Amino acid sequence: MEITELLSSAVEALSLNKMRTFLAALGIVIGIGAVIALISLGEASQLSVQSSIQALGSNLLTIVPGSQSQNGVRGGLGSSTSLTYEDAKAIQASPQITTVAYVSPEFSRRAQVSTAGTNTNTQIIGVTPAYQDVHNVTLSSGRFISADDVNSINKVAVIGPTAAANLFGDGNDPIGQNVRINKIAFRIIGVTVSKGGSGFNNQDDVVMVPLTSAQKLLFGVDYLSSIALQAKNQNDMTAAENEVGYFLLSRHHLTDPSQADFTIISQADILGAVSSVTGTFTALLSGIAAISLLVGGIGIMNIMLVTVIERTREIGLRKALGATNSLIITQFLIEAIILTFGGGALGMILGTSLSFAVTRIINLPFTVSLSSILIAFGVSAAIGIVFGWYPARKAAQLSPIEALRYE
Amino acid sequence: MTAIIEASHLSKIYESGAVKTQALADVSFSIKKGEFVAIMGPSGSGKSTLMHIIGALDKPTSGSYSVDGVTVGHLSEDNLAQLRNKKIGFVFQAFNLLPRTSALKNVMLPMTYAGIPKEERVARATKFLQMVGLGDRLDHTASQLSGGQMQRVAIARALVMDPAIILADEPTGNISTVQAEEIMKIFEELHKKGHTIIMITHEPDIAAYAERIITLKDGRIISDKPDGHKLWK
Repeated sequence: MEITELLSSAVEALSLNKMRTFLAALGIVIGIGAVIALISLGEASQLSVQSSIQALGSNLLTIVPGSQSQNGVRGGLGSSTSLTYEDAKAIQASPQITTVAYVSPEFSRRAQVSTAGTNTNTQIIGVTPAYQDVHNVTLSSGRFISADDVNSINKVAVIGPTAAANLFGDGNDPIGQNVRINKIAFRIIGVTVSKGGSGFNNQDDVVMVPLTSAQKLLFGVDYLSSIALQAKNQNDMTAAENEVGYFLLSRHHLTDPSQADFTIISQADILGAVSSVTGTFTALLSGIAAISLLVGGIGIMNIMLVTVIERTREIGLRKALGATNSLIITQFLIEAIILTFGGGALGMILGTSLSFAVTRIINLPFTVSLSSILIAFGVSAAIGIVFGWYPARKAAQLSPIEALRYE
Repeated sequence: MTAIIEASHLSKIYESGAVKTQALADVSFSIKKGEFVAIMGPSGSGKSTLMHIIGALDKPTSGSYSVDGVTVGHLSEDNLAQLRNKKIGFVFQAFNLLPRTSALKNVMLPMTYAGIPKEERVARATKFLQMVGLGDRLDHTASQLSGGQMQRVAIARALVMDPAIILADEPTGNISTVQAEEIMKIFEELHKKGHTIIMITHEPDIAAYAERIITLKDGRIISDKPDGHKLWK
């Protein structure tokens, strides 16, 4: 018997009771829809997080000071004062370290910044020219902090667009104007291009000053809050981490890596951590959605069993006229698969439009992953086979005499 | 003439739990090609059981049965299905058409299982529907037809595979007497054309159309008269 014949008779059988067919498929529609929506929303949020982490700079390693122990009480990571500008200079100068392109020593702390009319509390970052390379800073106007500014402890500042708007109002050019940080006047020499980001990690709400000015003039410290390093390329990340790690250990007269007074965090670590968190959430939610798929499958099985009983006479007749058992099984399986496949296709449309709507509303990148579509089709066909098998077998096992007698 | 059906010492015992029911006991007969045979008997006489065995829907408990040279005893379920498809044309009391399917498609169904190409299926089905006088009702669904018309579709369906025998189980049981007469005329014509017809019935005036009447009682043949026509007409 040709497949077209089987298909058309299956479609015919399903279209006899359209309402029931639709309700039977509804479970699959909702299940597949939920799985697709959640997978693609999960992927969208992962993409968004990844791109904002990558905006921090590529091939980035960050050295932060270790925690400080005082009278047996261990402080938080970064609380000690073990990293210095000299460390950064030594890393830059060391002939042993071959995989690092840029070294950016940084000191950051929040402070009150004021102009004639307004004031705001913002992040002050003491930087060297390397900061621009390491963190992909581009300027919308003016220039960045130069080596000369750092050497001469100049009172100049490069300001982020959010901070600029807060202090000078939208659309006003702040270049050449003065801001007062901790009551010391700094002249603004550049404004950065917006990098996005929000909340606690707003990379646009910053004021950058020469590292030396931050340490000596503003905060009176001689240590760093971090050193950012850019590896020459992606494959050098691990080598760079090792080279710099051992170099700093010996510079700090330590032999055991477990006693290190600093920690090196790579961008890959952060990405990995964030990805695993969003991945876990996606998996969890998809798992819940998969339960509704299971329930949908049981619904299909239920309807198919009812159909088999209702069509006992038809099955008996078909067997009397020469249908083999495998043909009867195929016929019922095809009906079940059409049911689940159709449900899967509807569910895909539902899930995709749902995730499109949500990504528009909360401003995430919209993606439709091929894998989720393939999974949806595979799963819905598999559900058809798994849950259609039992009713189909039951149909095939009917004796033609019993089936013909059935009223 | 050669024997198209050969049954020897057929018996059938149904077991349900400890109760054994003997539906057929040592039934032997043969039917020649082109014969029109009626099998009669009161209910419980075993005629339905015999019809199931003749139709290869069931196997005897003991004894041997062959149709058109094929011995049924050792065939698998799928082989039985193929045998029914090729050698036996069923006509049922309750018509057993697919209700929401057109007359044409109903008649095409056995050919679909035989893997006959579509053009030939349509051509043959049309030919036989015209033969039973339903050439203008090809696209009517079974539920749009009268009882007599449905039985004529069923006869067309029984004929399309050019079977060795036509096996009719109470073919007039569910239709009016006028329509029953029309149906029996079709059977008579088929008989004249040389078809082998076996008809199960409990109505003497229907059995009278046959040329031979086998009467069953309590699972045994009590009479096998070759001249039904003379007996009843």
